[in-house]
Amino acid sequence: WSLCIISTPLIHWTSRSKQSAPARDQFQEELVIRPLHSGDIYASFQFRTLWDIDFLQERQKVSHYRLFPKSLGQVLSKFSVRELHISFTQGFWRTMQWGQPFIPSPPGAELWVWFHDTVSDVDGNWKELTNVLSGIFCASLNFIDLTNTVQPSASFKPLGLGNATDHRFLRYATLPREIVCTENLTPWKKLLPCGSKAGLSVLLKSEKLFHSSFHSQAVHIRPVCQDEQCTSKAWELRQTLNVVFDLYTSSQGKKEWSLFKMFSRTLTEACPLATSSKIYVDITDNPELNPVTPLLSQAVVLGDRRTYSVFDLTRAETFGQLCSLNLLLRWKGDSDMLRPLLHAERYVAGFGLQTGEIHTVIYNNHPYRAFPVLLMDSVPWYLQLYIHTLTVTSKSRDNKPSYIHYQPAKDRHRPHLLEMLIQLPPHSMTEVTVQFERALLKWTEYTPDPNHGFYVGSSVVSALVPSMVAMNTNFTQDQPLFSSFVPVKEESSYFVRVYTEPLLVNLPTPDFSMPYNVICLTCTVVAVGYGSFYNLLTRTFQVDEPSLPLEKRLANLIRRIRGVPLLA
Amino acid sequence: MRIFAFIHLLVSIPHGYSNYVETKAGQFFSSGHTNNWAVLVCTSRFWFNYRHVANTLSVYRSVKRLGIPDSHIVLMLADDMACNYRNPKPATVFSHKNMELNVYGDDVEVDYRGYEVTVENFLRVLTGRLPPSTPRSKRLLSDDRSNILIYLTGHGGNGFLKFQDSEEISNMELADAFEQMWQKRRYNELLFIIDTCQGASMYERFYSPNLMALASSQVGEDSLSHQPDLAIGVHLMDKYTFYLLEFLEEVHPASQANMNDLFKVCPQSQCVSTPGHRTDLFQRDPGSVLITDFFGSVRKVEITKDTINLTSPVDRKKYITGFLCCQTNL
Repeated sequence: WSLCIISTPLIHWTSRSKQSAPARDQFQEELVIRPLHSGDIYASFQFRTLWDIDFLQERQKVSHYRLFPKSLGQVLSKFSVRELHISFTQGFWRTMQWGQPFIPSPPGAELWVWFHDTVSDVDGNWKELTNVLSGIFCASLNFIDLTNTVQPSASFKPLGLGNATDHRFLRYATLPREIVCTENLTPWKKLLPCGSKAGLSVLLKSEKLFHSSFHSQAVHIRPVCQDEQCTSKAWELRQTLNVVFDLYTSSQGKKEWSLFKMFSRTLTEACPLATSSKIYVDITDNPELNPVTPLLSQAVVLGDRRTYSVFDLTRAETFGQLCSLNLLLRWKGDSDMLRPLLHAERYVAGFGLQTGEIHTVIYNNHPYRAFPVLLMDSVPWYLQLYIHTLTVTSKSRDNKPSYIHYQPAKDRHRPHLLEMLIQLPPHSMTEVTVQFERALLKWTEYTPDPNHGFYVGSSVVSALVPSMVAMNTNFTQDQPLFSSFVPVKEESSYFVRVYTEPLLVNLPTPDFSMPYNVICLTCTVVAVGYGSFYNLLTRTFQVDEPSLPLEKRLANLIRRIRGVPLLA
Repeated sequence: MRIFAFIHLLVSIPHGYSNYVETKAGQFFSSGHTNNWAVLVCTSRFWFNYRHVANTLSVYRSVKRLGIPDSHIVLMLADDMACNYRNPKPATVFSHKNMELNVYGDDVEVDYRGYEVTVENFLRVLTGRLPPSTPRSKRLLSDDRSNILIYLTGHGGNGFLKFQDSEEISNMELADAFEQMWQKRRYNELLFIIDTCQGASMYERFYSPNLMALASSQVGEDSLSHQPDLAIGVHLMDKYTFYLLEFLEEVHPASQANMNDLFKVCPQSQCVSTPGHRTDLFQRDPGSVLITDFFGSVRKVEITKDTINLTSPVDRKKYITGFLCCQTNL
C-alpha cells in the first residue's frame, strides 16, 4: 500500500518538472467492457491524443513531437491529408448476437482518406500514401491501386471539421483478404505514447487478442474543435482496438470473466503521460462486479441509455492493497438484449462459373418508424454487373431509390461503384439484387492460389437511425471517448454504419499446368509424327544380314579354325 | 646505470601497452564490415508448409537476439501461419513439438507478406531497384561495408527454388543477382544459407567474390522435415534448420564460434541428407570468420586519442558536429 503511494507521486513529480512550456498536446486512454447477451464479452480500447497544432496551415515545418507519433505527423503534412481512417479487422461483427459496435469496421483492411483542397494530384498522393502506410503498419496496403479504389459521393462524409464535400478529394479502398496478426499489432502499439509498457496498453498481448471471435484495430486522424464555440482547431488521433472474446474458447463455457482471463494481465498503473485513464464497465444488466466502485456514469450511446461503473486509474486507491487491478464480472441470470434496429446481410446466388446474382438484404427492425439508408457497393471489375437487372424490393413490392450514383467499371482500371438512398419501411426486409457475369482473367492476373476464390469487399450501409432515447448533443470536455467518436447533431437519431459480409466468388480458373502439358504433347507429336516422316524421306535403307542361330555360329567358329569357307 | 635501465623499462611498458591496444584494435577491424543486414525469405504457401515459416522465423529470432535490429532485417513470409484459422494456438508459431518454443514472439515485423513474396520482389530487394515510393522497411539499404545474411527456405529442385507454387527462381538468376550486388557495391561479404531439397544446386553457379554458401542437402538428395506436432497436425521444422537453431541458441554476442563450427551443424547421421558448403569465393579463411560477423550486429567503436573539455557549450557543439561528421564518413 505504502509502495503504491510513493511510486505514483514520484512519476507525477518527474513528468511535471520536465514541462517548462505549457503542453499543447494531451493524451487520454479508456477501456469499455461490455458483457454481451450471448455470454461473450466485448472490450473496446480507445487512446486519444489531441494536439493543438495545424499540420496544413503553419508555414514552418513541425519538428517537435511529444505525444503525437512522428511517423503519422510527417505523413499528414507530406500528403496534405485532412482525415485518415485505417482499420485492420479479423473476423466478422455479428450484429444480431452482439448489438452495434462502438466503432464499426469491415473484415480485412479498410482505408479512407480525405485530402486537402490544395492537392492537385490526388491519385498520385493516394498511391504514395498507401505505400508509406504499408511500411508503417507492416501490411500489404501497396495492393491498393486504382482497380480497387472508389470515390463515394455520399457515404463517407468527413467525421471531423471541414465543410468541403467535394468527393474528388475522397478515396476509399478495402482489402478483404488482408490478414491481421502480431506484425500489425506491434507497430500499432509503438504509436502509443506509453508504448506497451504502462497504462491500459499492457493488456494488449497478441496471444490472447488474436484468440478471439473478433479483433479490430484502427487509427483515426481528424481535425476537431477544441471547445463548443470552435475558436481553435486541434488534431485528434484516436487509436481504437475492439475485441470480442468467445465464451467457449476463452472462458470454457462459464459466464464469468476477469481482466486476467481476457488479457492474461492485470493493471498496475495508469500511463504517466495520460491526463485521464479510465475503465468503464457496463452494468446496465446488473452483473456481479468485483471490486465495487462508487463512481457511476450514465451515457446514451447508440440509442440506448447505459449505466457504467467507472474505475479511474489515475487514483491510487483503484489498485487496492495489492497494487494491481483485476476486475471480475459474473452474469446473474438472463437478460434481454436491445434488438439492433439496422442489420444487413449479403450473399451470392446462382450456380456455375458464368453468371451469378448478388443479394443484399437490409432489415429495419423499428416497429413503426421508416428511415432512409445509404447503401454503397464497390464490386471489382471482373464481376461484370448488369445494372438493368437491379431490383430493390421491400415487402415484395418495388421500392425505387430516391438517389442513385452509379459509376460503371472499366476493365483493369476501375471497379463498379453503386450508391443508393433507399427508404426502408418499418419492420421490414429490403432486398437488393443485381446479376453479374464472371470475367476470364489473363493468366498472369491470377493469384498464386486462385482456387481459393476472389474476394468482393463488404457493402456499407450508413443511416441516421431514429433513437428511442434522447441523444446528448452537448459538447463536454470530459465526455467518455466511446460516446464522442461520432459527432451527434440532433437528439432524435444517431449515426450507424453497418458492414455486410465480404463475398468469396470463384472465377473460371484455367489449369496452370496446361502450358507444360501442351509443350510435352506438342514435342511428342512433332518427334513421332514429323520425325518419322523426315526419316522416311531423307534416310537411305540398307538390308542388314540377320544374325545366325546359335548352332550355325558354333559351326562357323569350328569352320574358321579349320580354314574352311563359312556358312551364310 | 640501474636507474637508466629502470627509466627505460618504465618508458617501454606504456609503449608495449599501446602496441597491445593497437593489435587488439587491428583484430577488431579485421573483418572490414561496419553494419549487418539480413534477408530472410520463406517461399511456401499453404498450411502444410508450416515448417518453412517456422524455419524462417527461427533464423529471424536468432538474428534479432544477437543484435540485428528490425530496421536491418527484411523478412518475407509467403503465407500467414500464426493467425491462420487452422492454427489451434493463434499468434504463435512453434518450432519444437509440445509447443516448447514460440518463434513468432511478441514484436515481430514482417516486411513482405502473402502475395508480395514473388521472385521479382526478391530480386528487386537484393539489387535495390525498387519503385521510389517503397517504404524504408522494405528496402535493403546496404553499402559496401555491409555483411549480409541471406536465408531461403521452401520447396526446391535441381537448380531452382519454387516461389508460392506458381513461379521459380533459377540458380543462374540468383548468381546474376549477386553479381549485380557486387558491381553496385552492395555488400562486403555475403553468407547464403538455403534449406530446400537439392539445395547445393542453388550455389553451384555463383561467381562473385566474397560469397560463402551453405545448403542443407546435396544434388539428388531431399531435405527432410523434423517432427510433427499432434495438436497442430503438421511438421514443425525442417531437420537442418532445427539443428541450426539449436546451434545458434548457444551463440551469444561475444561468442568466438566460427564458420567451421557452422559447417559441422547437422551431419548426415542427424540430418539424413548431407549438408554442403562452398567457400572458394570467400577471401578469408572460414576458421577466422566469426558467427556473429553475419548473424549478429557488433557495433564498431572508433577510438579517439584526443581529450576534450566538455564544459564550454561552444566546444561541446564543435566536438559533437565533428563526431557526427566522422560517423557519416564511415
